[in-house]
Parts: sequence; structure tokens; C-alpha cells
Amino acid sequence: MNQKISISNLNFYYGKAQALYDITLEVPERQVVAFIGPSGCGKSTFLRTLNRMNDTIPIARADGEILIDGENIYAPGTDVVALRRKVGMVFQKSNPFPKSIFENVAYGIRINGIHDGKNDLSERVEKALRDAALWDEVKDRLNSSAFGLSGGQQQRLCIARALAVEPEVILMDEPASALDPIAAQKIEELIVELKKNYTIVIVTHNMQQASRVSDKTAFFMLGKLVEYGATIKMFQNPDQRLTEDYITGRFG
Amino acid sequence: MDHRIIDEQLDILRDKILLMGGATEAAVQRSMRSLVTRDNELASQVLEEEKAIDQMELEIDRLSVDILALQHPAARDLRFVISVAKITPILERIADHAGSIAEAALIINIEPLVKNYVDFPIMAQTAAEMLRSALDAFTNEDAQLSRQIIERDKEIDASYNRVFKQLLEMMVENPSATTGAAHLLFVAKHLERIGDYVKDICELNVYLREAAFIKHSSLN
Repeated sequence: MNQKISISNLNFYYGKAQALYDITLEVPERQVVAFIGPSGCGKSTFLRTLNRMNDTIPIARADGEILIDGENIYAPGTDVVALRRKVGMVFQKSNPFPKSIFENVAYGIRINGIHDGKNDLSERVEKALRDAALWDEVKDRLNSSAFGLSGGQQQRLCIARALAVEPEVILMDEPASALDPIAAQKIEELIVELKKNYTIVIVTHNMQQASRVSDKTAFFMLGKLVEYGATIKMFQNPDQRLTEDYITGRFG
Repeated sequence: MDHRIIDEQLDILRDKILLMGGATEAAVQRSMRSLVTRDNELASQVLEEEKAIDQMELEIDRLSVDILALQHPAARDLRFVISVAKITPILERIADHAGSIAEAALIINIEPLVKNYVDFPIMAQTAAEMLRSALDAFTNEDAQLSRQIIERDKEIDASYNRVFKQLLEMMVENPSATTGAAHLLFVAKHLERIGDYVKDICELNVYLREAAFIKHSSLN
């Protein structure tokens, strides 16, 4: 199996405080990898190193290596905008723009100039909305404000917006934690569907969600990767006592 | 977290299965004693107590399902609930065999005493010992002991083959003993089956400890 992302010996610092210690891990192509661990364990920080979202924090610093398709994304001269187009992100709180449903999805396509004309733009928007399992619910009100959608629909709109620029990797930081169980289930089904075409990394506090949607699970604690393996093994017979204690709710 | 909600329920589940294990072990021993000492009262008692064991099975089934549905156990907790849920019906079947031995005792005890039991007490003792050890191994999550017990099933099988031969010879030599000998043959078969079931329990003990499926290991 191809490794889409290969991280070796990654250390990460916020000023003098070290947040990640010597992380080495590979994310296989077109699989779902879940990051779990107690609050403050570094899983979100780690997720954000994968498309250099942490660059926006002035005191943040990373060393080590992150290869995506063999290219070191921390190499000097890396086009960070192109990187983030390739590695899209969905956040815990849906954050649609104060625009119409159509324009939310079209936005990234327009600013990246990746369309050939009006028809092409509409087709791309429709495809992204279909891929995000939202099309049927919004096709008759594409010009209405995105704020009129339910929380779950807004989150799927954000996923459509991320898909519209045709990324290869999607990072999701607690994408369903603010949603009711039905909306969360839709997001989970969507994740499983999306992995046919995308590599997905998801941070979640919901252990059952991790076990339902992911192929591999990484357990972090205090900035260290404690254990990484097939989800089916991690939830039945993990190698590390710490992992066992965490997933059985003995701490965290 | 020092104490989890699930711990309390797992403790209850553990108590219940140990209680059922103890009752099953007692049923096997009593049924054999009722036969060897020709004690009809004891045989009837075994049959009466079968209902209590069935009741325990029902309670364990319910509790196991409740824990799975409400507590979502993972890792060792999950393996524990799964093991208990699979061991329970095995114990119930062992108790059924004990019941059948007791029923046979009620019939055999009317017949003239068949003197030449020979391997019977050994076979019964081996089965009872294996069952007790298997339950100990479950309690202590002892995979090594479980593997040793699995090996002992061969002893029971060997005894069964000897008993089978002896009883056949007895039927040929002494046709008047045929009814008694035929029933004893069934008893031997029950003991042999109990050995097989104990083996199944031990395989689940290994799963509980190591998350390994050793049953039908040639297929893995």
C-alpha cells in the first residue's frame, strides 16, 4: 500500500514549550487514520503540521520531516498555498462564509482559478456538493444564505468547500463533535465514502467514532505517539497498557 | 479514573459466572457420585438444580447484552464480556450432561450392580478436575494453565475408549448386564463430551488473555 504521508522524527515547539516529541508515522493512501488521545496530547497540533496550518502561529517551530507524495512540505521554497489546496481541512465548528451556498463552494475554485468558465464552475460546485452528500438537500436553494442550513448541513457544506478545490488529503479536526447523533452519523458515513478518493486524517475525542470510521488509529499522550496500528487491533488488543487504559476509559 | 461504571457491572458478571461454574462443577460431581454410590436422592437433587443453572444462564445473557449495549466495552473489557457470553452456554450444556448422567443413574441404580466400573471413577475425576481448573484459569486469566488443560482432554478420550471396550465385552460375556452396561455407555459418552466442553472453555480463556483464537487453529 502506498504511503501518502510519511512523518519522521517530527518535533514541534510553541516557543520553548515542546508540544510533539519525535513523531514517526505513515498515513496510507486512501485510508482513514484517526488520532485519539486526551485533551492537550498534541493530536490537533500534529494534524495542523500536515498542511502547515501552524505557520500562522509566530512562535511555532517544527523540525523533522513530513513527506507528502515524497515531497518534504517543510522544505524551503514550498508553496504553502498549493500545499493547503492539496491538503484540505475541516474544523470542529462549521465556518461557512456569509455568502450563498453556491458561493461558499465556488469560492475556493474562483480564487484558485481552477475553472474554465461558468458552466464548469457550476459543474464543479455540484460535484463537490454531491460528494459531500449535500446536493439533494440544497439543490433548490443554492442562492440562499449558507447560514440558513442546519449545523450538520453547514459542516457538510464546509466539507464540500474543501472538496471543491480537489484536494488529495483531508484533515478533519473533530468534524462531528458539535453535531447531533444523526448529523454526526451522516458525517461518519461521508468519511467512509470519501476515502475511496481521498486520504483522510481525523482527530476525534469520540472513541466509537474513531473505531467506526478509521482503518488505523494513533494514540497520543503528552505529545508522544504511544501506539499506532490497525484500528481493529487497537480497540481489541492494543500492545500498550496506556492505550488499553485510555480506550477503556480508565483515564482521559 | 479509579472507578468506572462498567467495573461494577463487570464485577457482577464475574460473580455470576463463577457461581454458575461452581454449580455446574457440583452437578457433575454429584451426578457421578449418585451413580457410583447408587444414591437416587442425590440424582434427583441434581435434576432439580438444573433449573437454577438455566436461570443463571439467562441472567448472565441479559447482563452481558446490557453491558455491550450501554457501556460499549473495549479491549480487555470487551474480551471479558465476549468470553463470559460464550462460556455461559457451555456451562449450561455441561450441566445438561450432568443431568443426563443423573437420569441414567436413576435407571442403572435399579439394575444389578455392574461390578467392573474400572475406568469410570478415573474418567469422572479427570472431567471434574479439568472443569475446576478451567474455571480457575478463567478467574486468573491463566492462558498457560488453559493450554495444559486442553491437553488433558486426551486422557478423557483414552479413558472413554477403554470404557467403551470394557462395556462391550461385558455385554457379550454377561447378557443380563446389557441394560446397565448400555446406560453406562451413555454415561461415558456424557463424560467424554464434558471433556470437550472444558476444552472449549479453555480456548476462550486463551482468547480472554491473549486475544488469540486458538479454536480450529488449522484454519487460521
